[in-house]
Amino acid sequence: MSTRHDVKRYPGLGPLTVLFFAYLYAPLAVVVIYSFNANRIAGVWTHFSLQWYASALNNAALMNALKTSLTVAAAATTVSSMVALAAALAIVRGKNLRFRKLSETIVNLPLLLPEIVLAVATLILFSLVGMQNGMLKLIIAHSAFCTPFAFLPIRARLQGMSLDLEEASADLYADRWTTFRRVTLPLIFPGVFSGAMLAFLISMDDFITSNMLSTGGTTTLPVYIFSLIRSGTSPELNAIATLLILASLVLATAALLAAARGARDNA
Amino acid sequence: MNQNKAIEVKSVSKSFGTYQALNSVSFAIGSNEFFTMLGPSGCGKTTLLRMLAGFESPDSGSILLGGREVVDIPPHKRRVNTVFQSYALFPHMTLEQNVAYGLENLGWNAARIRGRVGEMLERVHMSQMAKRKPAQLSGGQRQRIALARALAPEPEVLLLDEPLSALDLKLRQAMRDELRTLQRDTGITFVFVTHDQEEALDMSDRIAVLGGGEVQQIGTPTQIYEEPVNRFVADFVGETNFLNVDVLETASGQATIRTPFGVVLTVPATGRTAGGRATLSIRPEKINLGDQAQGIAFEGRITNKNYMGGYTHYTLDVMGTELRASRRNASREGDTITLGATVPVGFVPGSARVLAA
Amino acid sequence: MTDSALHATAEPERTPRIRFWHGLSFWGLLPSWVLMGLALILPIAIIAAVSVATRGAHGGFTWDFNLAGYRHILFNEGWTGELEFTPQYLLIILRTFVLAGATTLICLLFAVPVAYFICRQPPGRKAALVYLVTLPFWVSMILRVYAWMIILGKEGTLPRFLEYFGAPAGLSFMFNDGATLTAMVYTYMPLMVLPVFASLEKLDGTLIEASHDLYGDRWVTLRRVILPLTAPGIIAGAILVFVPSLGAVLEPTLMGGGKQMMMGSLVQLQFGGGRNWPFGAAIAMTLMALVMIFLIFTGLRTARRGTAL
Repeated sequence: MSTRHDVKRYPGLGPLTVLFFAYLYAPLAVVVIYSFNANRIAGVWTHFSLQWYASALNNAALMNALKTSLTVAAAATTVSSMVALAAALAIVRGKNLRFRKLSETIVNLPLLLPEIVLAVATLILFSLVGMQNGMLKLIIAHSAFCTPFAFLPIRARLQGMSLDLEEASADLYADRWTTFRRVTLPLIFPGVFSGAMLAFLISMDDFITSNMLSTGGTTTLPVYIFSLIRSGTSPELNAIATLLILASLVLATAALLAAARGARDNA
Repeated sequence: MNQNKAIEVKSVSKSFGTYQALNSVSFAIGSNEFFTMLGPSGCGKTTLLRMLAGFESPDSGSILLGGREVVDIPPHKRRVNTVFQSYALFPHMTLEQNVAYGLENLGWNAARIRGRVGEMLERVHMSQMAKRKPAQLSGGQRQRIALARALAPEPEVLLLDEPLSALDLKLRQAMRDELRTLQRDTGITFVFVTHDQEEALDMSDRIAVLGGGEVQQIGTPTQIYEEPVNRFVADFVGETNFLNVDVLETASGQATIRTPFGVVLTVPATGRTAGGRATLSIRPEKINLGDQAQGIAFEGRITNKNYMGGYTHYTLDVMGTELRASRRNASREGDTITLGATVPVGFVPGSARVLAA
Repeated sequence: MTDSALHATAEPERTPRIRFWHGLSFWGLLPSWVLMGLALILPIAIIAAVSVATRGAHGGFTWDFNLAGYRHILFNEGWTGELEFTPQYLLIILRTFVLAGATTLICLLFAVPVAYFICRQPPGRKAALVYLVTLPFWVSMILRVYAWMIILGKEGTLPRFLEYFGAPAGLSFMFNDGATLTAMVYTYMPLMVLPVFASLEKLDGTLIEASHDLYGDRWVTLRRVILPLTAPGIIAGAILVFVPSLGAVLEPTLMGGGKQMMMGSLVQLQFGGGRNWPFGAAIAMTLMALVMIFLIFTGLRTARRGTAL
């Protein structure tokens, strides 16, 4: 490394990268710092206080929104993970070549379409059908756009897995179901897990579709936060944001660690 | 040779698209046999092995295992186990669990499984590592576990798909001996696939040489090497010199021929060689040089010399025909055969062979 | 080692595997076809139909064929029915393109050097830095936009900071295209860094050395070796950033304010307050068409590049 002419080194990249990471994290840090400010106006620092956390945790509307979001995300994650697992098995391991490419495009379609188009399209459909159940509307729409996120890691995992292993299992007297249960599923599980994690986070995070479809009773967390932002910055918001940032970071770290460990174990 | 046929392959054909992988292949393998399918890549040997395992089905023809037609029987219902080229050890299971897997699927009870797994791990000298995962093993160790896993259910036939190809040279030699011993001790029929002729000659009871989707020759290692039936076999197994010769007369496995050097001699022959042109195959080590020259003798000029330590390869120019010869360096007297020198060259007619041109 | 590598490739026998999961194709694909058919394809078909329907008197629409939705993008209908060209919506489409393009470009400008630097770190640190790039992406998008509101807004961090150095009080950097752009670059940045990083990592370091060996300096090497070989990652990153940028809703709504709309926020408005569904559907169809054209265009280009290589 200590050559006098390291041709792969471009000067100035180190400081630039430091600045880059500062840029990535500074805005989040600002929110966190403001959340501890006693002053109603976030930008004017008076003293350290936890009062906004207390009022956030006692905010019934916030808790309702959180409950709605968690319910929708849990349901959408379950549905999309199962749909994605079945599709991935069929697409990677199935034999019908003709529909494979088309099916893959269909499953990934939500990634290619602008979400707002999908959101208004779904809104029109539901209003035409006259569907009243707000929760069900959200779950259906979320399941659809979460599916590719659940699908991609599973597909990657399946493609990375040698067919030899499934053949070895068959060779050792396991029928198809046993092979799936004891060889295929355990080996693709890290993919299923990170796919589900992704789907969950995407659903929790969604604003555009939820905002279109949400009705009085079914306000999701991002929609509620949007209304708080719109109604003038409430000091509580910084505390809520900090809690959510913390939750996402912990969840994302857990997911990434699990995925990394899975990859190492099944190397 | 055992009379019982463990495997019968009857006029099996298979094509992938326009590519004919196997063209009406037939042969039988006796039980207790160490049988090798040898051939270059694309010769169809792996396809054939996968058909025996049940991963591939023939387009036509039939395959009998222990006298029973198996073409429609799925892999998990065949008493046949495979050692995969990649070993295909389940990465999420310990070695113990890997070896137990087949036994569990066969419905053995826990105590019997435990006993058998212990026995198999003992046999491949891996008892100490029972609780490890495959990722923690070296190539040779993985190989042993793959063997233990495949042998544990006491299959009728063990299929080995180039199992030594991923090992380094020294280990490969040791594993050859180990495989051979295992086969003798267990008495299980081994069907071994390889493109390495040395491996095939070393281990097998019988060898089937495959080429172009067809069986070229089946025989013992000595038969394959010393009595090749055609050019393909003579060329693929070992090194050889081919000379175009005129056949003057054939009688009871012998042919009288005229070599390009003008000499007329009578040598062993195979195939339809009556009249006209044929090919004479003579292996480099059968050609003697210098003071060792014996049998039919003529002179040649050394045009190239490759010193390999234990032996030396020579390229000779004999009246415009190129010949390769090799000579074991039993002492240092070979040093005198130098580049450019003209030396006596000879071979014993019985060691050459006439093949159909 | 080299020996085993040689042997591993020594048998490229043409043996397409039997499909182990025979018969699974139909049942495996059925759920995704049903879900996507009901929640994706059907709604898209309906919105296509609505875009050529007639606006209802009190919001909504009636099923009468009418191109007014599309006409409204370019023309305003006067009281007497005469058409008057209004560039208002065309400007929004233009702004959408300019902002999405600028977002992509700025992301790229940062992503390439940063990804290159991360690439050259020892394995442990490299993994940690990639993790740090990914992490903010997991934070809810609305919160990431909100963070910039409290930085740029009135009484925000930046105005306060500048005030400290003598700038006039009451400054605000909000409600303009710059604010929207800032938030967009911030929210989509990881989508650019990751694919560029992935393809930089695949770049064989000896190629850089070979370029220098053949008298190329750093600039020549960057231009003629590094960038061309990272093109797949750059294109992937550009698609991942440009497509959602075109459809951005939150950034223009929150940062741009009511006036500085993009196509996404315009669509949203038509189904909220404005209530011209056919017009909203027409804009949505236009947006989708533009995205599709872009994807097909880049898809074709990469395909051609792939065959040329």
